[in-house]
Amino acid sequence: MTMLSSYLTLAAVLFCIGLYGVITKRNAVIVLLSIELMLNAVNLNLIAFSKYGINASLRGQVFSLFTMTVAAAEAAVGIAVLISLYRRRVTVNVDEFDELRR
Amino acid sequence: MDIVFSQYAWFAPLFPLAAFAVLTAMGRGLRTTGAWVATIASLLSFVLSLLIAIERLGDSAEDYTGRIEWLRAGSIVLHAGYEVTNLTALMLIIVTLVALLVNIYSLGYMKDDERISVFFGYVALFTASMLGLVLADNLLTLYICWELVGVCSFLLIGFWFRKPEARAAAKKAFIVTRIGDLGLLIAILLLYWNMPNHELDFTSFYNVFHSQSGLISTSLTTLIALLIFLGAVGKSGQFPLHVWLPDAMEGPTPISALIHAATMVAAGVYLVVRTFDIFAASDAALTTVAVVGAFTAIFAASVGLAQNDIKRILAYSTVSQLGYMMLALGAGSTTAGMFHLFTHAFFKALLFLAAGSVIHAVHTQDIREMGGLGRRMKITAWTFGIGALALSGIPPFAGFWSKDAVLAAALDDSPWLFAVGLAAAFFTALYMARLFFLVFMGKARGDARAYAHAKESPLVMTLPLLVLAVFSVAAGFVETPWNEWLGSWLTDGEEKGSFSSMVVISSIGASLLGLYLGWLFYGRTSAGRNPVAERLPWLTRLLERKYYVDELYELAFVRPLAKLGRGLSRFDEAVVDGAVRLVGSSVQAAGKLNTRLQSGQVQAYALYGVLGAVILILAIAGRRFW
Repeated sequence: MTMLSSYLTLAAVLFCIGLYGVITKRNAVIVLLSIELMLNAVNLNLIAFSKYGINASLRGQVFSLFTMTVAAAEAAVGIAVLISLYRRRVTVNVDEFDELRR
Repeated sequence: MDIVFSQYAWFAPLFPLAAFAVLTAMGRGLRTTGAWVATIASLLSFVLSLLIAIERLGDSAEDYTGRIEWLRAGSIVLHAGYEVTNLTALMLIIVTLVALLVNIYSLGYMKDDERISVFFGYVALFTASMLGLVLADNLLTLYICWELVGVCSFLLIGFWFRKPEARAAAKKAFIVTRIGDLGLLIAILLLYWNMPNHELDFTSFYNVFHSQSGLISTSLTTLIALLIFLGAVGKSGQFPLHVWLPDAMEGPTPISALIHAATMVAAGVYLVVRTFDIFAASDAALTTVAVVGAFTAIFAASVGLAQNDIKRILAYSTVSQLGYMMLALGAGSTTAGMFHLFTHAFFKALLFLAAGSVIHAVHTQDIREMGGLGRRMKITAWTFGIGALALSGIPPFAGFWSKDAVLAAALDDSPWLFAVGLAAAFFTALYMARLFFLVFMGKARGDARAYAHAKESPLVMTLPLLVLAVFSVAAGFVETPWNEWLGSWLTDGEEKGSFSSMVVISSIGASLLGLYLGWLFYGRTSAGRNPVAERLPWLTRLLERKYYVDELYELAFVRPLAKLGRGLSRFDEAVVDGAVRLVGSSVQAAGKLNTRLQSGQVQAYALYGVLGAVILILAIAGRRFW
């Protein structure tokens, strides 16, 4: 079980780094990258469980492949949104995007 | 003899009630049409009452009672019902006849008022409630109608609510009568607790207090009777709750005639007659009624001597005459009381309507600005004269017979009551002579132009005057020393009128003396000055200021209560409202604090989410270790 816990620890560390990035970074591109980091931490979890979990099977690996696909699409959409935002506001500083308050 | 119409007596209040509903639903658009609707409804009620009365004139007409169960709450059962007896038949006639005539009169008097259909709606509601009050077979139904007529009185006194005096008078009437109503309510509660089977109908009162006296202790009976009488004192304007009635004259004059002279104020007298079995079981209560009545009679009559507003004089006269009725009841004669109520309803309604006709013509109520109107308004002057003679108690007018019956009953009880009644009769004749001579005789003292424009009122207003004048002459003959028809009809021959030539002679003497002095002071010379008043200015002042009763009440009750009210309202504002405001504003402050969290920064939201998740995890994980 030590293998599993070391993978899980690694995933948790990755997730926390991603989370830190999402919350603190001012640049929207970095925020997007951090989100990818968090997603991959989750993928790592899935794969660790599929190899060392109680009901080990390929299912987790397949699932993580799907996640990657969706994450790629999501990143594409995110970048597209970001570019159109940049065209409009000429900035990618997230502090200046406070439309949700209005 | 079969009783047919009595069974349908409950239709009598329904006609005006329907008229009220129609007038209220249709709104002000109806105008004159609405007035006619109300008038026709009162005509229907009158016809029905007439049929009932004719049916009951037969010797063996039995009382008819119809009742339904109204409320059932656990073991408490309340009934609503109506009862037709000779007494209620008489009252039905009085109420519907006066209501009909006042309706007709108002068609002319209120013609130009833009709220005419509202006025007729209120009058219809009043008529319905008053008929309900008359027909009620138990005290609770009576009490409901009693409050309803009070509301109508309030609405109609304040009908011209743009006048501040009318508003104040309406409030005063409502609050002062409220004091009496509270007494009546307590009496009803006491009766409810103490009567066998919680019965509140008048037949049970008769059974308990008349047939099996002793079931309820004397002191309790006295208490109940006095509380009921308190209600009557409020409604009938007896001393010390008389102060609202003269002020109530701020309402339209037809209302003064209908509500504040003929019907509603007589409801107090009617109430005492209806519950007379309770009064008869307690000597103390009867004595109180008699003394209050006698005192009110002379008190109000003396105030009437010095007033200058034509309607106020008549109002004080009403108070005084109601005192007469109470005096008769207190002396133990319901016949004399009801007889005087019967005749008084006609001649006082006549006097008020005639006064309304005068006011309509000259647009003032101050008798010092009138004079000589008799030449311009023949019908009004003649009918007013008939009413005045009837009120003064000159034979053969109606008031003479009923006043004699009252005085004879008083003499039977105590010579003092008789003496007070006689003095009141003298004052009555004096102030009526003063009123008549100052208004209709002599030279015009007021605005010459107004006098030149004064002309007789239209037929729609003089017709009721003529009808009432006929009744004022003829109504007295139902009960005379040689024909005691009314008494035996009302009481199944139980009460015998007492007659003594001494009463007749002294009452005629007092009345004639009053009229003669009135003519001497106000009629013979057109100066209209009273040598007695000039010699005793303090007395005149005392009477003009109505014995300072209003001022006394202002000082003793109104101001301290207003002060208390202000204090309570300040407490209410500061403490009660303050607590409410505190709750509201603290929630608002919490909300404002929370809006700070909404910065619009997605990252901040993410942080909150993470913090929430951390707290959740800690809580779940923490629970495992505890």
